[in-house]
Amino acid sequence: MYKYNEFDDAFLAERNAQFRAQVERRIDGSLTEDEFKPLRLMNGLYLQLHAYMLRVAIPYGTLNSAQMRQLALLAEKWDKGYGHFTTRQNIQYNWPKLRDVPDMLDALAEVNLHAIQTSGNTIRNVTADHFAGAAADEVEDPRPIAELIRQWSTDHPEFQFMGRKFKIAVSAGEKDRAVLKAHDLAVRTVRNDAGEVGYQILIGGGLGRTPMIGKVLNDFLPRADLLPYIESVVSVWNQIGRRDNKYKARIKITVHEMGLDTIRELVDARFAKVRPTFGGADLQLFDEITEHFAAPTFRSASTDAYSWAYDADPVFRSWADTNLSAHKDADHAIVTISIKAHGQTPGDASAEQMRVMADLAEQFGYDELRISHEQNVILPHVHKSDLPAIHAKLKEHGLATANVGLISDIIACPGMDYCALATARSIPVAQQIATRFDEMKLEHDIGHLQIKISGCINACGHHHVGHIGILGLDRAGVENYQITLGGDATWDAAIGTRTGPGFAYDEIVPAVERIVEAYLAIREDQDETFLQTYRRVGMEPFKAALYPDAVKKVA
Amino acid sequence: MARAFTPKVITANDLLEGDVIYFTAEDSWTRDLREAELITDEAHAQLRLLDAEKQNIKIVGAYLADAKAGAEGPEPTHFREEFRRTGPSNYFHGKQEAQANV
Ligand code: SF4
Repeated sequence: MYKYNEFDDAFLAERNAQFRAQVERRIDGSLTEDEFKPLRLMNGLYLQLHAYMLRVAIPYGTLNSAQMRQLALLAEKWDKGYGHFTTRQNIQYNWPKLRDVPDMLDALAEVNLHAIQTSGNTIRNVTADHFAGAAADEVEDPRPIAELIRQWSTDHPEFQFMGRKFKIAVSAGEKDRAVLKAHDLAVRTVRNDAGEVGYQILIGGGLGRTPMIGKVLNDFLPRADLLPYIESVVSVWNQIGRRDNKYKARIKITVHEMGLDTIRELVDARFAKVRPTFGGADLQLFDEITEHFAAPTFRSASTDAYSWAYDADPVFRSWADTNLSAHKDADHAIVTISIKAHGQTPGDASAEQMRVMADLAEQFGYDELRISHEQNVILPHVHKSDLPAIHAKLKEHGLATANVGLISDIIACPGMDYCALATARSIPVAQQIATRFDEMKLEHDIGHLQIKISGCINACGHHHVGHIGILGLDRAGVENYQITLGGDATWDAAIGTRTGPGFAYDEIVPAVERIVEAYLAIREDQDETFLQTYRRVGMEPFKAALYPDAVKKVA
Repeated sequence: MARAFTPKVITANDLLEGDVIYFTAEDSWTRDLREAELITDEAHAQLRLLDAEKQNIKIVGAYLADAKAGAEGPEPTHFREEFRRTGPSNYFHGKQEAQANV
C-alpha cells in the first residue's frame, strides 16, 4: 500500500508542530476561540456536545495492521477505549482532551495517518469502494486514482478556502459500492468498447438539505486528462458557486441552477487552459503510486477446510452466506466484519476489537484492512481455507455477527448523543431496531434491507438513500422521526420518498416493524427484496400500514 | 404584550476538558446544572452573558439555554440540554459517569 515519502513525512511533522504551538497559544490565552477554531478544524478537531471530537482520515478506507493497532492505542490511551467509524471512512474519537490532541496527532503520524482536511471548506478525504483491489467485478484498483487526488488536493493553494466543502469518491467496480451519485464529484473507472481504461466523471450529487443525484458530466476521459479535468471542475465551481448562502454553495446547487450543459462548457473552456499546465508529472506520479498498490501474490492451496466447515457448521454457514463477497481470485474471499452486533452502536469498535482485526489481517489477510462507508471493517484478501479460523476468532470477540446487508446492518450517524448539530438521537433508534428484529429472528427471512438514520438534515447517516430512511428532527421540543422509503445507494441511486407525518421516539421502532410486516405480506416471493417490492407496489400499502387511522378516516 | 421571558442559564464547554459547564451567580463555573444561576430577567441575562464571556480564555461557546426552577436548582426544558447535563445514551459516559464516581 501507499507509503509516505520524505516530503509527506516532513509536511506532516511540520503541520503537527504548528498545531501543537497553536494549542499552547490557545491555552495561554494568546489566541481567542474565534482565532483558534478554524485552526483546530483544519486539524480535524471539533467541539461536540460533551467533549472534543477528533476525526482522523482513513484515506480511501485503507489501513494496514500497524495503523489499525495505532488507532486502538489512541482509543485506549487518550479516549474511552473505543473509536467510531463513520460513513466517510473516517474514525472519530469522542472524548479527547485538548492538551492530548497534539500527542494523538504525533502518534498518528508515526503510521502515516492524520486528521488534515477532515473539516473545513476544502477537498475532503477521498473515499473509495471498500472492496477496492479485491472485488471480482473491478476494472482496476481505484485507489491509485484516489491517492493521486489526495496528493494533488492536500494543501492545494487554490482549494483551501472554498465556498463550501467538496467530497470526491472513486470506484471501479461494475457495482457501485461507494455511493458515487451522492458526491460532489465522482470518478468511475470504466472500459470503453475498444477495451481501454478511462474515467467517467459525475458531479452534483449530495445529500443534506437538498438531496440530489449526481449526473454524468463526462463519459470517458483518458488517464492523462483526469487530474486536469478534475481541477477544472473544482476551479469552475469555486468561481461560480454561490457564496451568499451556505445552503446553496455546494456544487449540486450550481448544477441545478445553471444546468449540466452550461457547466460542461465552462469546464471545457477551463480545461483548455489547465491541461497544458500538467506536463505529465502527474502521470509519472500515478505510475509510482500504482506500484505501491500492487496486489499481493495470492497463495494457492486447497479450499477443502472451507467447504467442510460450510457443510458442518450452520453458524459458520450463515456468516459465510451474509458476510463474504466474491474475490477476483476464486480461492479467496472478501470478508466483511460486522461492527453492528445487535444492540451495539453501529460503527463502534473497542480497542481490543481493533487489535483482533489487525491481528487477523496480519496473520491471514496480507496485512490489509478496509473501512466501509457502511461502517464495517473489511478483510479484502482472505484465502478460503483460513475462513473457519477467522470466524472462530471473530466469535470470541463479538465480531462474528452475520448481518451484512440485512436489516440490523444499519448506518447511523452519531446524532444527539454526540453531535452538536443534531436535532435528535439516531444511535438508540438503530440499537432498538436491531435488537427488535433479532428477537423476532426475522432478519434472514427479510433479506436485503438497508436502514439509514441521520440525526439532522445534514444527512451524515445517508438516510435519503436508505431503503428505509429515518431522519430525526426536533418538533416543538420533542424528538420526531420522519421516514422515507425507496432510497437507493447504488448505481440506480434514488432519493427516498417521505411516507407522511413523523413518529415520536417511542413510536419509531413499531413503525419500522409495520413497514416490514407489510413488505413480508405483499412480496411476491422470498427473492423479491424490499426495494423491489416497493418499486413494484409503490407507497400506498406502506402508508396504509403506517397510518391505519388516516385510512379509516377517509373510508 | 411582550412575551414572557423564559428563564435561562449560561452554559459553555470547558476549554481543556471540553465538557459541559454552567455559570454560577459567583462568576465561577460548575459542572452541575443545579448550581448554575437561574436568570429570570432578559436584560440581566445579556449582562450575565457578557460577564461569562469575559472568561473566554478558559471556556468555549457560552450561550443562554432555557431552563426552569426545580426543587434542587435549575433544570433543563429541552432534551438537548437534558442530554448535555447527562451524557450519551449508548454508553455510561460523560456527566452521568462522573457523577457516579463522586
Ligand atoms: S447528520 Fe446531523 S446529527 Fe448526524 S452526524 Fe451529521 S450533522 Fe451530526
